Amino acid sequence: MQAIEVQDLRKNFRIQQSRGGLKGALQDLFAREYREVAAVNDISFTIPQGEICGYIGENGAGKSTTIKMLTGILVPTSGHIKVNGYVPYQEREKFVQGIGVVFGQRSQLWWDIGVIESFQLLRKVYQVSEADFKKRLDELVERLQLQELLSRPVRKLSLGQRMRCELVAALLHNPSIVFLDEPTIGLDIVVKSEIREFLKDLNRTQGTTILLTTHDLQDIEALCSRVIMLDAGSIIYDGGLDDLKTRWGRGREVRFQFGGAVQATQLNAWTMGLPVTWTQESDLVATALVPADMAVSDVFSRVLGQAEVTDVQISETSTDEIVRQIYSSGSAEKPEEQPHV
Amino acid sequence: MSSLYLDFIRIRFLTMLAYRVNYYSGILVYTLNIGVYYFTWQAIYGGKEQIAGFTAAQMTTYVAVSWMARAFYFNNLDREIATEIRDGTIAIQFIRPYNYLLVKMMQGFGEGIFRFTMFMIPGMIIAVLLFPVQLPTSPVSWIGFLVMLFFSFLINSQINILIGLMAFFIENNDGLMRMKRVVVDLFSGLLIPISFFPGWLTSIMNFLPFQAITYLPGSVFTGRVQGTGILEVLGIQVIWFLILLIPIYFTWRAARVRLFVQGG
Repeated sequence: MQAIEVQDLRKNFRIQQSRGGLKGALQDLFAREYREVAAVNDISFTIPQGEICGYIGENGAGKSTTIKMLTGILVPTSGHIKVNGYVPYQEREKFVQGIGVVFGQRSQLWWDIGVIESFQLLRKVYQVSEADFKKRLDELVERLQLQELLSRPVRKLSLGQRMRCELVAALLHNPSIVFLDEPTIGLDIVVKSEIREFLKDLNRTQGTTILLTTHDLQDIEALCSRVIMLDAGSIIYDGGLDDLKTRWGRGREVRFQFGGAVQATQLNAWTMGLPVTWTQESDLVATALVPADMAVSDVFSRVLGQAEVTDVQISETSTDEIVRQIYSSGSAEKPEEQPHV
Repeated sequence: MSSLYLDFIRIRFLTMLAYRVNYYSGILVYTLNIGVYYFTWQAIYGGKEQIAGFTAAQMTTYVAVSWMARAFYFNNLDREIATEIRDGTIAIQFIRPYNYLLVKMMQGFGEGIFRFTMFMIPGMIIAVLLFPVQLPTSPVSWIGFLVMLFFSFLINSQINILIGLMAFFIENNDGLMRMKRVVVDLFSGLLIPISFFPGWLTSIMNFLPFQAITYLPGSVFTGRVQGTGILEVLGIQVIWFLILLIPIYFTWRAARVRLFVQGG
């Protein structure tokens, strides 16, 4: 069964246009001008049960708007959504029983009361039986190490502590789908990796479907088998993370440090006939860009026989770099005719 | 589910209790208000027996009970709702399987219970000690007044909810909220009893819900309305309570479609 089905989903917002100057301000007073902006522009995708899917894109690409439509907060302008078998905005109260949501930038705990009281209140909100609640809370508290936090008021928690509590709050009613909108924003590395581990566990042991938006691509690398990339309201990539890397990765970079000065002409002569490009940082340091379909050892065998090499570093194009390239080009279609660089 | 809503009442009550010191000054301000209006009306009456159906003694009682009723029914639901809409926290309310407006009403009631026990009753005792307030003698008036006081709360909260929800439609409803406060204070009969208004205004007031907030319960407390008359004025409150549900329902429905969460 599909956990999430989205077909031609669109959300338009009406943005008020302010006219400049005193005259414009007076005109605005009587007749306002609006401009329709499509925050989400006819997107379609399906997510099967049990998948962890990353939903990425630049600020303002429409990620949060999509999540808000999927969780029943916003009513779409047009298109079809089915999540967990429900149309989110139509049967809201029944639908939200089966989902969990974490907004990294908003708290869903009650500010003035203790953490445990917030959980108790959520137990009643979601009508979880006392026994189930206790069992689940014990598990979550142990897994996320919240023991000492339970009695504190929410407003006295640090961001990392609060985020862990938010996760518990979203999971107490054992939802089958969890939406996470930037769950690791502003957190330190330790808490980030804790949360990633936790989510992975959750997906493995409970089969929970997870859709998460993030700006931290390490979240994606650690968690997601699939990525949906959004730009200006449209999906520009939907597929595996590995696929994205092979399609966009420019191969590997091999950085040589030489024992003695080397000329650019020498470098090119050594790798004559190989599709390798060199960039020289100095007389002693040069980097060879090796395409993905070529073995690095070929370069080694040519270079190592010719000069004294004191150090070698091999690095792959990072996901960050790939995504940055895609963002800046606005399309995940890698131009076919692009020659080896 | 109902125990959930009770929890919202309880939690708000306890939260308010934690901030109770803030309200001690409120008692002083309200007593001061009663004093100002008491002396003003004393001067207006001079030696006169009765003006617009109020004796001087009834007026004193009316002023005291009106202000102390306000101490109970007043709340900031409009501001709370508008703030949640404006800063986008309303989004969180939509992912919960409950009725947001009912939750707000319950929170308002939790605040109301706090205000009733910690603010209105002590304030009333002080007012009775300081000014010649005549408390009702018949238990029917007492019961009638207390039931009507509850409806005052309901109707005032409904108006607040309605005004708060306007934040969905206009970017900044601060002005609206301020205007509402003045309108409620004036047209509910808090500042001047409705029978003092010119005839045409009085008849307009009869077609508006505001008199049901202060004027009608005040009339019962001062003994100007007695016996079966109490049922009649209570009936007006109940009708207004029911009528106000309609615009709230439609505003809420329209708001769902219009909702646009601020701050991404």
